[in-house]
Amino acid sequence: MVGLLHTIEIAIGATCLGLLIGIGGAYGKLYGGPVVRDLLAVYTTAVRAVPELVLILLLYYAGTDLINQVLAALGYQRIDISGLAAGIAVLGFVQGAYSTEVIRGAILSIPQGQIEAARAYGMSPGLLLRRITLPAMLPFAIPGLANLWLIATKDTALLAVVGFYELTLATRQAAGVTKAYLTFYLAAGAIYLLVSLISNLIIGRIEARARRGMPSLKEAR
Amino acid sequence: MMAPGAAPALKHLAQNGAAEAIHVENLHKKFGELHVLKGVSLSARDGEVIAIIGGSGSGKSTLLRCINCLENPTSGIIRVNGEEIKLKADSHGHTVPADRRQIERIRSKLGMVFQNFNLWSHMTLIENVIEVPVHVLGVKRDVAIAEAEKLLARVGLAEKRDVYPAYLSGGQQQRAAIARALAINPRVMLFDEPTSALDPELVGEVLKVIGDLAREGRTMVLVTHEMKFAREVATHVVYLYNGLVEEEGPPEQIFGAPKSERLKQFIRNIG
Repeated sequence: MVGLLHTIEIAIGATCLGLLIGIGGAYGKLYGGPVVRDLLAVYTTAVRAVPELVLILLLYYAGTDLINQVLAALGYQRIDISGLAAGIAVLGFVQGAYSTEVIRGAILSIPQGQIEAARAYGMSPGLLLRRITLPAMLPFAIPGLANLWLIATKDTALLAVVGFYELTLATRQAAGVTKAYLTFYLAAGAIYLLVSLISNLIIGRIEARARRGMPSLKEAR
Repeated sequence: MMAPGAAPALKHLAQNGAAEAIHVENLHKKFGELHVLKGVSLSARDGEVIAIIGGSGSGKSTLLRCINCLENPTSGIIRVNGEEIKLKADSHGHTVPADRRQIERIRSKLGMVFQNFNLWSHMTLIENVIEVPVHVLGVKRDVAIAEAEKLLARVGLAEKRDVYPAYLSGGQQQRAAIARALAINPRVMLFDEPTSALDPELVGEVLKVIGDLAREGRTMVLVTHEMKFAREVATHVVYLYNGLVEEEGPPEQIFGAPKSERLKQFIRNIG
């Protein structure tokens, strides 16, 4: 149960972090200067090209080591980075690369006239993002973001390799102790399935809300 | 009063003592190699309805969009409400607004109505109308809603207040867009071919709303293909040809006794 809780915590944290990175990344790619665009292109290409397991090992071990070296160099004490924070940071960094592309595509799908109208009425860039761009791109982004969320819930299992106690590691330990492999792994599978099913229900609600201004395709037929 | 030596194009203003709401002087706009506006001057005093006519590619929409800097002019002077828009050159040599806040302030006094309505699709009509008053101008929400209900009633959409734009006809959407523009109590209304995207049978309802506004003395700049309408409501007509003002004057003169050969032909072709 603690394992499941950790899994969900990491998935939520990583998705939120990924969304923030994604919004910033998409904006940078669409409206940024050439340097910003190039840096973001390197980020999204590299992260999406390398297997996530490798990234997790790399960022987890190399990342914590790097932070501690920097801290040591600045004369601070070494710190123990919590598995939760590291897990969120690592998966969020990976999610950010994917959501950058999802959100960039969604922003491009907004009829440009709506953004132009907001500019024509004197909206500042921040207000425009909050009131028009984000809500208007949401219906186009939700299918992609929902995929990312479901992937995030299962990517948490990869954190088992760095010893973070989440659902998969908990299952392995319990199964190892009791030798009841089938029971525990089936249970774990069922739990992942349950998480996905509940997610689908919630995402369905969010999508219906995001598409509130759009006639359904059924009516158009 | 006009300074001596000012462009003769602006002479008509001397007859009118009202304050100048929009003043455009020697405006140039280039898109890369394409020179769209080649030194256009335009002026709108309070209560005037300026109709800009011209063939496609004459630069009339670009001129309108330069007034609120949706397009940045390449050079020239634009004054709104007596305040000159500050422009500067960016690192690529393009002219851009020098002061974002100034542009935002000026834009919030100009009610723009677009060819394609451009209502915000995730908001109901009433939300569309109160959006700018509440979030840009800082009007209290309940005050804005009361005002928006009046405006929607005025354009004949009172019972559609909670409907999303996608469920409405083009004519209804454009009337809602006019209500949205009126909600900011604009100094000047800018219309960019407001009926060009409409089915013919829906044009009338939109022109009626615009005509009512013109008759009650709203200051407007109107880019249009509806010549009959321009003749009816405009106080001054500007004919653009190839990025320049070819001829301008009161509607009776422009439509009744055009001087320029090109304008004569344009009016003949349009019928």
